[in-house]
Amino acid sequence: MAEAAVTGSKPDRVAILNDPRWRSIIFQVVALVLVITIGWYLVTNTQANMEKRNIGFGLDFLSIPAGFDIIQTLIPYTSSSSYSQAFFVSLINTLLVAIVGIFFATILGFIAGVARLSSNWLIKNLAAVYVEVFRNVPLLLQIFFWYHAVLKTLPGPRQSLSMLEIFFLNNRGVYLPGPQPQGSFWIICALLVGAVITMVVWKKREDRRQELTGERRDLFGIGLGLILVLPMVAFVVIWQVAGTPLTWDIPTLRGFNFGGGIEILPELLSLVIALSVYTGAFIAENVRSGIQAVSRGQTEAAFALGIRPGPTMRLIIIPQALRVIIPPLTSQYLNLTKNSSLAVAIAYPDLVAVFMGTTLNQTGRAVEIVGITMGIYLLLSLLTSVIMNWYNARVALVER
Amino acid sequence: MKTFLKTTVAGAAAIIIAGAAQAATLDDIKKAGVLKCGVSQGLPGFSNPDDKGSWAGIDVDYCKALAAAVLGDAGKVKYVPLSAKVRFTALQSGEVDVLSRNTTWTFTRDTNLGINFVGILYYDGQGFMVRKKLGVKSAKGLSGTAVCTNTGTTTELNVADYFKANGMKSKLVAFEHANEVVAAYDSGRCDVYTTDRSGLAAQRTKLKDPNEHMVLPEIISKEPLGPAVRQGDDQFGNIGRWVLNALIIAEELGVTSKNVDQMMSSKSAEIQRLLGVKGKYGSYIGLDAGWAARAIKAVGNYGEMYDRNVTPLGLARGVNNLWNKGGILYAPPFR
Repeated sequence: MAEAAVTGSKPDRVAILNDPRWRSIIFQVVALVLVITIGWYLVTNTQANMEKRNIGFGLDFLSIPAGFDIIQTLIPYTSSSSYSQAFFVSLINTLLVAIVGIFFATILGFIAGVARLSSNWLIKNLAAVYVEVFRNVPLLLQIFFWYHAVLKTLPGPRQSLSMLEIFFLNNRGVYLPGPQPQGSFWIICALLVGAVITMVVWKKREDRRQELTGERRDLFGIGLGLILVLPMVAFVVIWQVAGTPLTWDIPTLRGFNFGGGIEILPELLSLVIALSVYTGAFIAENVRSGIQAVSRGQTEAAFALGIRPGPTMRLIIIPQALRVIIPPLTSQYLNLTKNSSLAVAIAYPDLVAVFMGTTLNQTGRAVEIVGITMGIYLLLSLLTSVIMNWYNARVALVER
Repeated sequence: MKTFLKTTVAGAAAIIIAGAAQAATLDDIKKAGVLKCGVSQGLPGFSNPDDKGSWAGIDVDYCKALAAAVLGDAGKVKYVPLSAKVRFTALQSGEVDVLSRNTTWTFTRDTNLGINFVGILYYDGQGFMVRKKLGVKSAKGLSGTAVCTNTGTTTELNVADYFKANGMKSKLVAFEHANEVVAAYDSGRCDVYTTDRSGLAAQRTKLKDPNEHMVLPEIISKEPLGPAVRQGDDQFGNIGRWVLNALIIAEELGVTSKNVDQMMSSKSAEIQRLLGVKGKYGSYIGLDAGWAARAIKAVGNYGEMYDRNVTPLGLARGVNNLWNKGGILYAPPFR
C-alpha cells in the first residue's frame, strides 16, 4: 500500500472498511454513538430509579436553612444560613488549605530541592532523608500523625503554653493577636501601596537604563526606606498626633476556651503541615531535576565570565531550570488541592466534609451534591492549570 | 479493535442488566440465601463485633430475627458496617436489604430519601457527656465549649438548635467515624461529647477512664431509633414491621426463646395466631406459618434482646418498657 502511494500509481478500489480514512470515520461515529447511548441511558435510568423510589431531584434544597454549625467560617454563617451559604463557607475553607498549602509546599520544595544539590554533605543528606521519608509514607497516615501528634502532646486550654501572654497554644488550636485597624490606618496602607508601585516603576526604568547604558544604580537602600521606614515613621507620627492607628485584639481565656484574636484550628494546622510537607518532597525532586537539566557548561561559562555562584544560580540556572520545573509543579499543585479533601478524616470543615458530607446527609440529594462537588474540583484544577500555563509561557525560553 | 468492541458492548449490557434488577426484595433475599443487614461500625449494645468478629447487639438481633423469619436461619445474615454518612445510600442502592443501625426516624428521611422506617426498636434522646473535672452540672452551662460529634447525624442539627435556643455558643467538631469522635474527645480536643444517650453509655466504655466522665441530665431531642427498608416494596416493609411487632408482642404474651416450643400448645388464641398454630397469617406477608416462632426462638422476645444487649450498658428499660409496664412500647394487636 505504502509503496503504491509513493510511486503515485492509482491504488485499486478497496472495501470501505479497509480504507483507512473511511474506517477511522466509521469507528469515530460508532464510538460517539456508544458514548451518547450509554450517557443517555445512565441519565434516564438514574431518573427513573429515583422517581420510583420517591427521591427528589433538583437544586431547590440550596435555599433551605442548613441548621448545622461549622467550626471555621471565613464569611458570615450561622446555623440558620442556607445550604448554599454552607457550600461557600466550605469552598473557601478548601481554598484556604489549598492556597496556604501550595505556598508552603513551594518554599519547602525549592529549599529541599536546592539543598539536595548542595556540596555540603550534611545538608545534602538531610534533604535526601526528608524527600525519601515523606514521599514514601501515605498522606492520610501523615495527616493522622500530625493531627494526633498535635492533639496528644498539647495541654488543655487552662494550661495553655503562652508566649509573652499574647500568643497561646493548646489542644484547641493556636491563638494570635488579631489586628484591629482604626480610622487612620488607611493612610499607612496608602503609603505602603504607593511606595511599592513607585519602586516597581523605578526598577523597570533602571532595567531599561541598564540595557541601554550598562550602568545600574542600586535601589535596595531606597526601596527599603520607602517601603519599610516611611510607613513606620507615618505610624509613629499618627500615633503621636491622633492616637493609635492600630489596636490588637489579644486572645483571652473566656470560660472553657480562648476567645478573641485569631484562632487557627489544630485541624487546619495539621492538614496544612501534612499537605505541604508531603507535596514539598515531590516538588523538591522536580526542582532538583530541573536544575540538573541545565547543562553544566552554563555554570562553567558563568564562572568563566567571573559571575559569583549566587548570581549564577539566580540569573542563569534557575530561569532555565524553571522551564523544566513548571509543568510537573503544576501537577503537584493540582494534587495538593485534590488531596486537601482528606480533611474529612480529621474533621476540618472543607468542601467534602461539609457539603458532600453533612449537607448530603441532611438533604439526601446525592446525585446533585456529588455532581456539584466534582464540578468544583474540576473547575479549581482547570483554573490552577490556566494560571500555571500562563506562567509557564512567560518563563519559556524566548528565542531570538 | 474487535475485543475492544466486545468489551464495550459487554460493559454496556452489564450496566443495563444491573439497572434493570428491580425485583422484590423478598425474592432477592431468598435467591441469595442471605440477608444483607446494614449495621454501625461498632456501637456496644446495638451493633458491635466481638473479639471473634461476630456481631452482637439489639440492632443485630433484629437482623437475626428477620433472617430467621425469612430464611429460616438466624445465621444467614451478612453484616455490612456503614458510617452514618453512607448508610442511606447503601440502603437506596441495594447494598443492604435492611438498615438496622441506630438510625433516627425523621420526616425527611422517611419521605424524601427513598426509604421507609418500619417501626421503633429503641426510644432514645440526645444527651451530653463531659469530664467531671469540668465542673458543669447542666447542659445550660456549656456555652463556649468545643463539642465533638458525628457528622451526618441528627445530633449535629439538634445541638445547633439547642445552643441557639438557649443563647449559647459552641464550636462543633464533626467527625465522620464514631471512633474518631471518641478518640478526639478522649484526647481533649473537645469539652463535650454529644450523641444519643444510648450511644454515650456505649462509647463511654471505650474511654481511657470511664469514671472521669459524666452524662448531663438534659435530654435535648427525641431520637426514635428503628430499622428501615427501601421504599416501594410494601411486602418486605410489612415483613420488617411485623417481625419487630412480633418480638414486642411476644414479650407481652410471655413467649420467650426458651418456652416457644411449649407455647405452641398454648390455649391463648393470640399466641396461637402469633406462632402460626391457627390461621394463615404468614401467607399475608409471603412467608410460611412458623416465621414468628422462628424469629422468637432465634433471639428471644424484645425483653430478652434488651436484657442481653442494652442492660449491661447500665441503661434501664425506662420508656423502652411495655406500655402496660410503664413504658411506651405498644405493638398493634396480632389478628
